[in-house]
Amino acid sequence: MIPLRSRRRAINAFNLTMAVLTTVFGVFWLVWILWTTLSHGIGALHLSLFTQDTPPPGGEGGGLRNAFVGSLILLALAVAIGTPIGVLAGTWLAEFAARRRLGSVIRFLNDILLSAPSIVIGLFTYAIVVDPGGHFSAFAGGVALALILIPVVVRTTDEMLRLVPGALREAAIALGTPYWKLVMRITWKAAASGILTGVLLGIARISGETAPLLFTALNNQFWSTDLARPIANLPVVIFQFAMSPYDNWQKMAWAGAFEAMAFILLLSVFSRLLLRRGIHRS
Amino acid sequence: MTQDSFQERIWNPPAAVPPGTGGTVAGGRVTVAPAAKIRVRDLNFHYGRFHALKDISIDIPEKRVTAFIGPSGCGKSTLLRTFNRMFEIYPEQRADGEILVDGENILDSRQDIARIRARIGMVFQKPTPFPMSIYDNIAFGIRLYERLPKPEMDARVEQCLRQAALWDEVKGKLHQSGTSLSGGQQQRLCIARAVAIKPEIILLDEPCSALDPISTARVEELLKELVRDYTVVIVTHNMQQAARASDYTAFMYMGELVEFGDTATIFTRPSKQQTEDYITGRFG
Repeated sequence: MIPLRSRRRAINAFNLTMAVLTTVFGVFWLVWILWTTLSHGIGALHLSLFTQDTPPPGGEGGGLRNAFVGSLILLALAVAIGTPIGVLAGTWLAEFAARRRLGSVIRFLNDILLSAPSIVIGLFTYAIVVDPGGHFSAFAGGVALALILIPVVVRTTDEMLRLVPGALREAAIALGTPYWKLVMRITWKAAASGILTGVLLGIARISGETAPLLFTALNNQFWSTDLARPIANLPVVIFQFAMSPYDNWQKMAWAGAFEAMAFILLLSVFSRLLLRRGIHRS
Repeated sequence: MTQDSFQERIWNPPAAVPPGTGGTVAGGRVTVAPAAKIRVRDLNFHYGRFHALKDISIDIPEKRVTAFIGPSGCGKSTLLRTFNRMFEIYPEQRADGEILVDGENILDSRQDIARIRARIGMVFQKPTPFPMSIYDNIAFGIRLYERLPKPEMDARVEQCLRQAALWDEVKGKLHQSGTSLSGGQQQRLCIARAVAIKPEIILLDEPCSALDPISTARVEELLKELVRDYTVVIVTHNMQQAARASDYTAFMYMGELVEFGDTATIFTRPSKQQTEDYITGRFG
């Protein structure tokens, strides 16, 4: 028996080592990316980053205030448009079309949309919003980001609702609860933390999108909160500044990249905590 | 183990005869023949192509506990779930025949399904507290049918929790989540929720199979309380439970109702060999 046991231990030790190594490998890149953006952008990382607008080409100082605010506006627009549509569509899939053929067809199409290249979404939005309207606008940017957000929200809503035990639905139905009330008062509530996590991860996903914004929100060197005008936003500013020959702009692009990474990291950590709390509670 | 000792162990006399209801002498013991609350006539049930219930006819007596027993897959839960048309939410399931509750055929599609389910409460195998507070778990069902001012609602919630023998354990934490309770408490919360909408019939689908013996005993005691006001139908895997807690027992096998009678007779002098084999543990 002893040889068998030591062999089993050896296999266990080997697998454990490999698992730890791959984890370290994955985390290594994340830390490296954070470190690189931080070390390159440290020169531009001070309070003025949040209080001043983007400097003119070759100018000194300045900040990314307009880009931060613009990005937040775009994200808010995308969430305002995308979340209700996504949650309702996901609800329909899980609650009303779970056993129907149409449901599985739409679920499949949604999965395709989920992996659609974001530049295609950008071009599409350009064709249906920017071109007819005649100019780039924050609104068009919000629409493009919403189109990327929607399939993420549809997917998580659908999955989270389908995790709600059937017995809970039956229990509510046995009381004579109308189906709409069952969905709104019980299954949504049971799946709430999961759905919210999906929205947060969706925000993390769209907050770094650059390509669709190049065709829609474009960029704006100045402070603007006008939804009908082009708007500054972090990803496009990073793109523009990083490609520029100006030292100040380049530093600022690194600082912006670091901020974007930190934002996504915090959002992900927060959504994990939320999900864990939700699971713990139910 | 001999059959006699087995029967002695599980033997539990049925409830005393209420005066004036008349009675028949069955096997030397007086039992009553109360009016039937649910009359099932020639009920057939299909899961897709699987014929799960075959020509079931049974009369469920009013204000008595009726137990359905039988091996897994015999159709006892299926039969229970036809009584509130629960099967309807699954498109591939179909019931034919008649189920008369107080003379009205509830399988008739013209019947108002919400009204049927308001009259017939159900408790499930696993406790199913809603994701809301203990208070709201009870109030949710009441609000579906009645608009009560807060003091009255508070009184109703308390009354239901008392009826389910849960009040003393939860009175200090009514606004905590229902999911924070223990399994046995959750199940009694579900019973309280079922009685809250003042049904006439309570269906219990193996309500104790996920509970420990102490919680089980409490639920069984509760059944004895409930049966004063409600017609109770319970599906159970546990024959001792059927013997202890029920007045009437139906034995089902392979989608058929093999035998139905008062619990004492079923467990002491079953008329069918199959029933005897099952209750003496020879199969199932």
